[in-house]
Amino acid sequence: MFKRSAQDDRRPVHIVVDGVAVEAREGDTVSAALLASGRDVRRATAVSGAPRLPYCMMGVCFDCLVTIDGVGNRQGCLVPVAEGMQIDIQKGKREIGR
Amino acid sequence: MSKEYDVAVVGGGLLGSAIAWGIGRLGKKVVVLDEGDIAKRASRANFALVWVQSKGLGMPAYTGWTVRASETWGKLAAELKDQTGLDVALQQNGGFHLTLGENEFAQRAQLVTRMHNQVGAADYKMEMLSASEVRRMLPLIGPEVSGGSFSPLDGHVNSLRTFRAFHTGLKLFGVDYFPERPVSAITRSGGEFRLSTSQGEIRAGKVVLSAGNANQTLAPMVGLSAPMGPTRGQIVVTERTMPFLPHPLTTIRQTDEGTVMIGDSKEDQLDDRTLNHAVNAVMADRAQRMFPHLARLNVVRTWAGIRVMPRDGFPIYDQSASAPGAFVTCCHSGVTLASNHAFEIARMVVAGALEPELVGAFSARRFDANRAATGSGYY
Repeated sequence: MFKRSAQDDRRPVHIVVDGVAVEAREGDTVSAALLASGRDVRRATAVSGAPRLPYCMMGVCFDCLVTIDGVGNRQGCLVPVAEGMQIDIQKGKREIGR
Repeated sequence: MSKEYDVAVVGGGLLGSAIAWGIGRLGKKVVVLDEGDIAKRASRANFALVWVQSKGLGMPAYTGWTVRASETWGKLAAELKDQTGLDVALQQNGGFHLTLGENEFAQRAQLVTRMHNQVGAADYKMEMLSASEVRRMLPLIGPEVSGGSFSPLDGHVNSLRTFRAFHTGLKLFGVDYFPERPVSAITRSGGEFRLSTSQGEIRAGKVVLSAGNANQTLAPMVGLSAPMGPTRGQIVVTERTMPFLPHPLTTIRQTDEGTVMIGDSKEDQLDDRTLNHAVNAVMADRAQRMFPHLARLNVVRTWAGIRVMPRDGFPIYDQSASAPGAFVTCCHSGVTLASNHAFEIARMVVAGALEPELVGAFSARRFDANRAATGSGYY
């Protein structure tokens, strides 16, 4: 759905999404990297299980909740990507101990 | 505004709503006179337990009244569901009071013994369980948990949805609900009550005072008394997490939608506009010692609320001798007792008299004897 601009010459950052290697760019937020990855990155909401994608991209709507490096319910739109970051699309409520 | 009602209920919180719903259910014409959104509502500070264990030390009748409420809550939940389509998520599979360390365990065990030794109280099968017995039912407890007490009758409910269901039901029963109508005076003449509000007078054949702490000033207007006072409590709510707590605790419960509520502070400082973070810190610390994985969760909301506490902790249900048809109702446990209020108290109000065999012990006349009764209305 989203395409990187041809003028975007930022350095690549390598992250892992649901166990699959994904190339992001330096300065991407987790949410931006997920949307640009071309993968199905829809989470499932905690109560009804409805599918959702990052929406406001500015820390307000909480629709970008995602598990980052083993910690659930992080706001992906507020966290910059880092080399080797492990991201899991969260399906439903935050898991016990994550 | 001047209109004829069978009953005027003063107060539209959980207590007044339950009674008004129960009277509306019996086909009577009812009006609920409520304050506005910024009223100090105990319904905003409730912890949503339907709780039996340890209630009634010092007044066996309160144990029986509480057990009765617990037994009929299922009927209330079913009727609300049928009428409004709202599921209040009642769960009654037993609840715990957990203890940290040996001292707390010993104190709790002593309380359980005193409850068992009390003559005339209904048995609600409260027993002490060791840490390993607790762990079999609550596998995620931490190493500091020394055990706790368990009663199979305890449970909890979604109290927000209960409140909404009552108000939806009131409308369906044709009950008039008027917010922003604090009552400033009540007089009785010509066999009916006249209630002065900021927006006109309301006339009704009977009046039920269910206005929380405002009962203190309203009750004397109809020849009754309501010795009670406010207490303050704080509640902490976490983000939603996978179900981990199959039974509610006195201080922690997981809602049907996954949030974890941590509560049960009791404070004397009565400003509910500020939070006492030291109190929250103690509550959160105890919660994560009971369930270590809670330490990872984010807190999403916390607030303070004003609750209702009759002087000795036990409910007050009374009827006026000088103004027949006037009733006063006060209680701390408005969630637990909601079924009794909807079914029993509503029936008695319609019949015109409280039934001594069920609620005689709860008359405010018990305070006249000047007994220094400080009981355990609230665990």
